Amino acid sequence: MSKIFALAAVVIKELYRRKDFYVLFVLTALLTLAAGAVNFFHDDKIVRYVKDICLLLIWVSALVISVVTAARQIPAEREARTIFPLLAKPVSRWQVIVGKFLGCWLATGVALVVFYFFFAAVTGSKEQIWPWGAYLEAVWMQWAMLAIVIAMVLLGSIFFAAPSSTSTITLVVVGGILLLGTHLKVIALQQPEPMQFILTVVYFVMPHLEWYDLRDFVVYDMGIVPLRAVALATLYAAAWSGIFLLLAWFGFRRKNLTT
Amino acid sequence: MSAILQTQKLRVEYRTRDLRQATKVALNGLDLEVRAGEVFGFLGPNGAGKTTTMNVLLGFVPPTSGTASLFGIDVRQPIARQRIGYLPELTYYYKFLTAEELLRFYAKIFGLARAETDKRIAELLKLVELESAAKRPIKSYSKGMQQRVGLAQSLINNPDLLILDEPTSGLDPLGRMKVREIIQRLKEQGKTVFFSSHELGEVETICDRVAIVHQGELKAVGTVAEISAGFDNLEKAFLKIVGFQPSPAP
Repeated sequence: MSKIFALAAVVIKELYRRKDFYVLFVLTALLTLAAGAVNFFHDDKIVRYVKDICLLLIWVSALVISVVTAARQIPAEREARTIFPLLAKPVSRWQVIVGKFLGCWLATGVALVVFYFFFAAVTGSKEQIWPWGAYLEAVWMQWAMLAIVIAMVLLGSIFFAAPSSTSTITLVVVGGILLLGTHLKVIALQQPEPMQFILTVVYFVMPHLEWYDLRDFVVYDMGIVPLRAVALATLYAAAWSGIFLLLAWFGFRRKNLTT
Repeated sequence: MSAILQTQKLRVEYRTRDLRQATKVALNGLDLEVRAGEVFGFLGPNGAGKTTTMNVLLGFVPPTSGTASLFGIDVRQPIARQRIGYLPELTYYYKFLTAEELLRFYAKIFGLARAETDKRIAELLKLVELESAAKRPIKSYSKGMQQRVGLAQSLINNPDLLILDEPTSGLDPLGRMKVREIIQRLKEQGKTVFFSSHELGEVETICDRVAIVHQGELKAVGTVAEISAGFDNLEKAFLKIVGFQPSPAP
């Protein structure tokens, strides 16, 4: 495991030395300012709107950071040829994949905590309530969802040399799942065959990222999700991440790195 | 002496995606044996198969057929690389890290203990004269300094076998002398050095044995004296072996 953690630590160092983290802080500050306008018109509903917008921005920002960071890991190693001195050491390609995944996931986790901390501090100071349980669940579920996304991006980055291609394709796929995932089964039922069959199959085989979106629970103070559901969702995320990482390793181990 | 680097009937073919193009044979039945404690020069003109051989030995490229082993372990096993150090021809390191961080990272990959890592880093930074720049990002280093970081990283695990890909390429005369000194010191310590080079004078000076490859095949192997027998020097022997025909004077 020490090799995997060493690889992950380099990913995290790269992220904050590339100043991505500073961009993150600027975004956080903007979010904080937006949230600071809560109760500006002494209207309780405005608090909800602002919370909704802030959480949407957090989702978009975290998604972009995780996708962009993960997409460049393997292609950048190949382009800068740093992969050669690395693989000349006693490290296997699956350890490289898992180390990269872990680094991206941990870095995204830190970013999420920073975002939610400011979100909680500002909205809490206005509303005088701090639903920590709901916040914690929201962070955890979003982080679990991002594990699937990062693993998916790493898989894509094995096959697409340009990080921009991987990022764009993944963002379109993830955006599509988040927007249509819940409705896909209903849409399928309204379609004639064979489209109905195809959409039903897609619904059952795609990773349901939309299940991890607990923004409404936070915005409308709906309490917390039963822990059993959170545990099952975590297992589901672990399974999908594992599948994507396995496929990424399979592709990477057969990859000719010298061409 | 036992062989610590060995290839047997090693063949590597590169297939192109273009079906009309024939498969390129980079190595064709290469049999090579490097014994413990020797400095072994690996020579050949460009495109002869030197880099491909190194790529196989380092696990970057799988052999199409035949075998390659380090310390008796198949090179496809990562553990085969536990006791080797590798210096690439050009500097390929994480430029956002400092030299110290890079060495610490590679030490962790080798599984070195903390105390051992600290000791090795201090020794190596002194050896390559980078102590004062150890905490600066590698991107701020000159080319020569980056080469020295490369040399330090190749020695972090105190390797028994050092694989060097044209180690003096791009170095100034002082840098070349330093590399030669280090190779000599490693030899005195009983380490094995396997290196490719185009600098035949250098090879003549420091190598116990040399191998010459051409068009993916081993053309000659032996001591410098054995290969140069009948010629003025190693260069003339090399040119004859690879079939070089001097163009007639105009």
